[in-house]
Amino acid sequence: MKVVVCIKQVPDTKGGVKFNPDGTLDRGAMLAIMNPDDKAGLEAALRLKDQYGAEVTVLTMGLPKASDVLREALAMGADKAVLVTDRVLGGADTWATSTTLAGALRNLEYDLIITGRQAIDGDTAQVGPQIAEHLGIPVISYAQEIKVDKDKVTVKRQYDDRYHMVEVKMPCLITALSELNDPRYMTPGGIFDACKADITTWGRADLKDVEDGNLGLMGSPTKIAKASDKVRKGAGEKVVPDSPEDAVSYIVGKLKEKHVI
Amino acid sequence: MDFSLSKEHEMARQLFKDFAETEVKPLAQEIDQEHRFPRETVEKLAKYGFLGIPVPKELGGQGCDVLTYAMCVEEMSKVCGTTGVIVSAHTSLCVDPIMTFGTDEQKQKYVVPLAKGEKLGAFGLTEPGAGTDAQGQQTKAVLDGDEWVLNGSKCFITNGKEADVYVIFAVTGKVEKRGKMMKEISAFIVEKGTPGFTFGTKENKMGICASSTYELIFTDCRIPKENLLGQQGKGFNIAMHTLDGGRIGIAAQALGLAEGALETTIQYVKERKQFGRSIGAFQNTQFVLADLATKVECAKLLVYKAACKKDEYTKNSKISYSVEAAQAKLAAAEIAMEVTTKCVQLHGGYGYIKEYDVERMMRDAKITEIYEGTSEVQRMVISAALLK
Repeated sequence: MKVVVCIKQVPDTKGGVKFNPDGTLDRGAMLAIMNPDDKAGLEAALRLKDQYGAEVTVLTMGLPKASDVLREALAMGADKAVLVTDRVLGGADTWATSTTLAGALRNLEYDLIITGRQAIDGDTAQVGPQIAEHLGIPVISYAQEIKVDKDKVTVKRQYDDRYHMVEVKMPCLITALSELNDPRYMTPGGIFDACKADITTWGRADLKDVEDGNLGLMGSPTKIAKASDKVRKGAGEKVVPDSPEDAVSYIVGKLKEKHVI
Repeated sequence: MDFSLSKEHEMARQLFKDFAETEVKPLAQEIDQEHRFPRETVEKLAKYGFLGIPVPKELGGQGCDVLTYAMCVEEMSKVCGTTGVIVSAHTSLCVDPIMTFGTDEQKQKYVVPLAKGEKLGAFGLTEPGAGTDAQGQQTKAVLDGDEWVLNGSKCFITNGKEADVYVIFAVTGKVEKRGKMMKEISAFIVEKGTPGFTFGTKENKMGICASSTYELIFTDCRIPKENLLGQQGKGFNIAMHTLDGGRIGIAAQALGLAEGALETTIQYVKERKQFGRSIGAFQNTQFVLADLATKVECAKLLVYKAACKKDEYTKNSKISYSVEAAQAKLAAAEIAMEVTTKCVQLHGGYGYIKEYDVERMMRDAKITEIYEGTSEVQRMVISAALLK
């Protein structure tokens, strides 16, 4: 069984957020971590490796610095790592990203592709399902539990007020929630091996069946009008009303004052 | 000379830091107050290979270097001195001597499960009358057929009742050295559960309260002949070699305690307000912190240098790291005591309250000036090298 996990290096929310003049994120200037949903997807794949001896490949698109998350994945137990990096791929939105990753995945063997539900920097939840569309395979999103039985996968799919049990034949793509599991730590020996390991690096020329017009900033339908750091809220006002009625009347008064109602 | 850490060391540091913050720190205060050995943490340390860091992969370890191991002890100790010494005593005092002096059979039988963390290790040299003076040993081992028979006791043994494998030193005879009759000391591997091997008093300590510190008692304890570690009569050399390595572990523990106290205090002085401003805005606080941070950096450089020197020894056994280890331990331990004491002072009354981590860190720091060779012994080692 072969599993490919798509992972993304995202800004560490503990560090500051920095932007390029064109409004895109300046990833090179920020502290970075493996996206939490992706890490849960990797853990799910590593459990399939523990259980069934699955071969786990991790794939990412990004700056050369993104190899850091690939090495982290190798140190956790992944077998192979592929970095897709090329200047022409920079500034990609979800469409251009999924096109690129699908172009890379066409070069790889897989029974199962796992992506995180969404990245904490963009929060779109689009790349996983788009990859599945590009490759013409089924997708099950929001997986909170994954079970494999021969050539079938059964997924507990999260909904707001219920869950779905979905069974699908492989090959397929699953998007993972961070609630899926508690990802394992790296091991010290795994780190030493990962730092010596070869990371396969692909550029634009290595992508299969993709058109230039669908790649990078130029191939991205999304245009960023403006981007800024989150506006910090003020300290607020603490009010201790005497009764629930007083509380309601105070809130309604404030909402009217702000022209919300 | 490049003072920056390699990529793998940076990643390992981050791993240890994340692990310590998530798995170790939440328990630190509780296990200290309850004097409870953190078995659950040891299981996690084992799972991620932290109990076999500088051990080759073919012996079940992680195949990393001594610097990585020292950073592990340092990061654990930043949040919990007890967890730091559990790793240190296991790795430096039990795994290392068996790995260095053991036969292939002993390495397979003992180092492999120890490095995997399936078993925990301890070391028994100290006796009521033999601490710094190892010649004061009273525990005896007599060969009887195919077995050594041990009689005597050991005290202040770290990981005491929780360990599975013990490296024990005992007198096996007398030899003449420079015209004087000296005790011949040998090292042995003793397993928990061996008839005649029992535990005595659990020590009620000032610090590292969750560490299991016990008296070990041997009463006609028979162990197989093949459990002699190294050559008969070479026990003193094995002990001294082991303690050289152990000192790097304890130096790393001291360094971690100092760093942990300093980090906590920096946070505290930013938040604590007196006379309408944070106490960090007072020049006295600033100058004290500047001095402490500089001393911590001194300790760190000495600890890392000693660890790197032991790594060099691993490749070339003619290299000695004894002086570097002694200097690292002497400096780091005394700096840990000074830093933690001054951090308590900067906390004012709150620093004297058990809810604040610096109170525990100050109690934990004191032992680093005492065990695995007191500061005075380190000065003896260093000066002997200077004056030889």
